Amino acid sequence: MYEKHIMICGATGCLSSGSNQIAEALKEELEKQGIKDKYRLVMGGCPGFCEVGPIIVIYPDEVFYCRLKTKDMAELVEQHLIGGEIVERLLYKGPDVEAPARFYDTIPFYSKQKFNVLRNSGIIDPESIDEYIMRGGYRALKRALQMDPQAICDEVKDAGLRGRGGAGFPTGLKWGFTNKAPGDKKYIVCNADEGDPGAFMDRSILEGDPHAILEGMLIAGRACGADEGYIYCRAEYPLAIRRLKTAIQQAEEYGLLGTNILDSGFNFKMNIKEGAGAFVCGEETALLASIEGKRGMPRPRPPFPAQVGVFGKPTTINNVETLANIPLIVREGGAEEFKKVGTEGSKGTKVFALAGKVRNTGLVEGPMGITIEEIIFDVGGGIQGGREFKAVQAGGPSGGCIPQDLINLPIDYDSLTKAGAIMGSGGLVVMDDRTCMVDLAKYFLSFTQKESCGKCTPCREGTKRMLEILERISEGEGIPEDLDTLDSLAHSIKDSSLCGLGQTCPNPVLTTIRYFRHEYEEHINENYCRSGICKPLFQYVIDQENCNGCRACVRVCPVDAIEGEKKEPHEIDQELCTRCGSCIEKCRFDCIMITRVGSEADVGN
Amino acid sequence: MQEQTSKALSNFEGKPNEVIPMLQAVQDETGYLPEEAIRDIADLIGIPESKVYGTATFYSQFYFSPRGKHSIKVCLGTACHVRGGMQVMDALERELGIKAGETTADFKFNLERVNCVGSCALAPVVMVGDNVFGRLVPKQAKEVLEKSDPEV
Ligand code: FES
Repeated sequence: MYEKHIMICGATGCLSSGSNQIAEALKEELEKQGIKDKYRLVMGGCPGFCEVGPIIVIYPDEVFYCRLKTKDMAELVEQHLIGGEIVERLLYKGPDVEAPARFYDTIPFYSKQKFNVLRNSGIIDPESIDEYIMRGGYRALKRALQMDPQAICDEVKDAGLRGRGGAGFPTGLKWGFTNKAPGDKKYIVCNADEGDPGAFMDRSILEGDPHAILEGMLIAGRACGADEGYIYCRAEYPLAIRRLKTAIQQAEEYGLLGTNILDSGFNFKMNIKEGAGAFVCGEETALLASIEGKRGMPRPRPPFPAQVGVFGKPTTINNVETLANIPLIVREGGAEEFKKVGTEGSKGTKVFALAGKVRNTGLVEGPMGITIEEIIFDVGGGIQGGREFKAVQAGGPSGGCIPQDLINLPIDYDSLTKAGAIMGSGGLVVMDDRTCMVDLAKYFLSFTQKESCGKCTPCREGTKRMLEILERISEGEGIPEDLDTLDSLAHSIKDSSLCGLGQTCPNPVLTTIRYFRHEYEEHINENYCRSGICKPLFQYVIDQENCNGCRACVRVCPVDAIEGEKKEPHEIDQELCTRCGSCIEKCRFDCIMITRVGSEADVGN
Repeated sequence: MQEQTSKALSNFEGKPNEVIPMLQAVQDETGYLPEEAIRDIADLIGIPESKVYGTATFYSQFYFSPRGKHSIKVCLGTACHVRGGMQVMDALERELGIKAGETTADFKFNLERVNCVGSCALAPVVMVGDNVFGRLVPKQAKEVLEKSDPEV
């Protein structure tokens, strides 16, 4: 028996802030004190609050330590583990709490969250099937094996679960199609090819709770009459792949995978396929082609994968987060519980990857219908550096931006679609007044343009033409007709592209034009980028009245473009300046201004 | 090279759906896909070389020429983009004297853009091997290179 469990976040975010080194230091310290056998150290899944990583949570005391350094470990061992006293210095502190906060329920970041999918993440050891079972794991599978397959489909449909990967199709209905499709050989495919640049929830689920995915797939297999599954996972997620492999092996040993599972006569074989880097493979039919070893190109539907899927057999494709919900729904009384959370048309919770210019970045799970304001301000703690909130991009390159005035918009499938965005994967990238909307549209379009597989003309050529226009605008070469041209191209691409990539990729352009038309017009008519992003359309100047000559900007400039004596106002050499923005970030006195090119006096607008 | 390729391919049966795993195995061994490897895979499966090549070029993971000792991966995912990833890329391009996608003449570094490495909280992020450099400003470009290769 261990006295305490020490969960060290071993997910990507905290690993990059150095959690491995922390773990080493902690181990060393425990050994030095000769008490290492009393504690169980676990490199666990993600508790979500990546911003303050590396994180350690100590159970059963329920104490949350954050922003740790290796040198803190001695104190943590001596004071907390040996002395039994909380190390206050290492608790969460922030402008949003009065006193250092001790655990999840007192930290504002967690206050509005509701954990379904992330229920085990950061709580159990992801490499231990026993801990998963102890938390109720595989019970839903057991129940499903005693149910009629159609009844499982109905239960999931009745719970109101909709696909979490993008379009939000009802999962139970999808299963029903495969179940009814003729044929003895059927497949379940888990789409873990998370491609949205800036979203990483699937990765965290896979890394933090891999058995939930296996259980979800097994139940799906039972419901659809499938006996083989593929997990198609991005090769960029080596840790997720490793954890999945471990989980599969353990499940096989426990008789939860393989033949005659739990004596029910149900068989299931699990395979892992590593993706090779192609955004379009998030599209069902492209993903299937890739599993078969071909170029990942989508094909027209019908026939739908439920009839003709991988290797020509009926196939159900579900995304990671969708599958992670399944064990919760199918367990005894689970569907009723599940339905209680969410809105009319969108039940349950959604995991969001909150990133960008927000104070608390990380992974957030909230009830469907939570508002943008709640996520960004209550959970996210507002905008970094106290700047002004401008917009949030929901749904990645297929989604759209939602401006500040729609801050009360509830986040659910239907409200987002009405606003021109989509739920998509659940990426939320927050932008402040230093983000240029033209640049953002250009960024997303250059992404989709590169990732377009080239099979259909509207997407291949159309995105190229749109990108050219946006590039021109951001270089100051835009003409007034450009906006209409963009609009008409966008609609043609949406209407006539073969797959979801093309059908949704104009969304970022359409929404930025819809909500930020004046910014486009300013670029085109006045050659000015007020956010200071489009390089030919602005310059930085130093406010000569107020600069106190602290030299902070001089030091941070990577090209030595700033001149000036100490305590004398500095000046920027416009010839040398690369407009990288380092100085404006650095200046504590707001003395660096974004101005129109060539203007000295016209400071600030 | 030939030896490495055969070693990488020794565990496969030669089924058509093994093309991508085979390409991945070879690249893991040799760092890129030499021409002979494409030929070997085609022979093993019994399909034309053009088919294998076609599949390989479709995916961004595969490389067809030798690469630098250290791969500098600059994240330009959305979170890194809005927090100035491009500025960091510019600075690295300046420091190395190459453009994104190229390799330095001494084969020490190659510079690459990637989309989201899952460390958005630390944006903008650069990854070199397993090392993640977070919250970077352009001025730190040199430091990243020095820390990645002591001889710089
Ligand atoms: S966008 Fe760069 S790490 Fe996610």
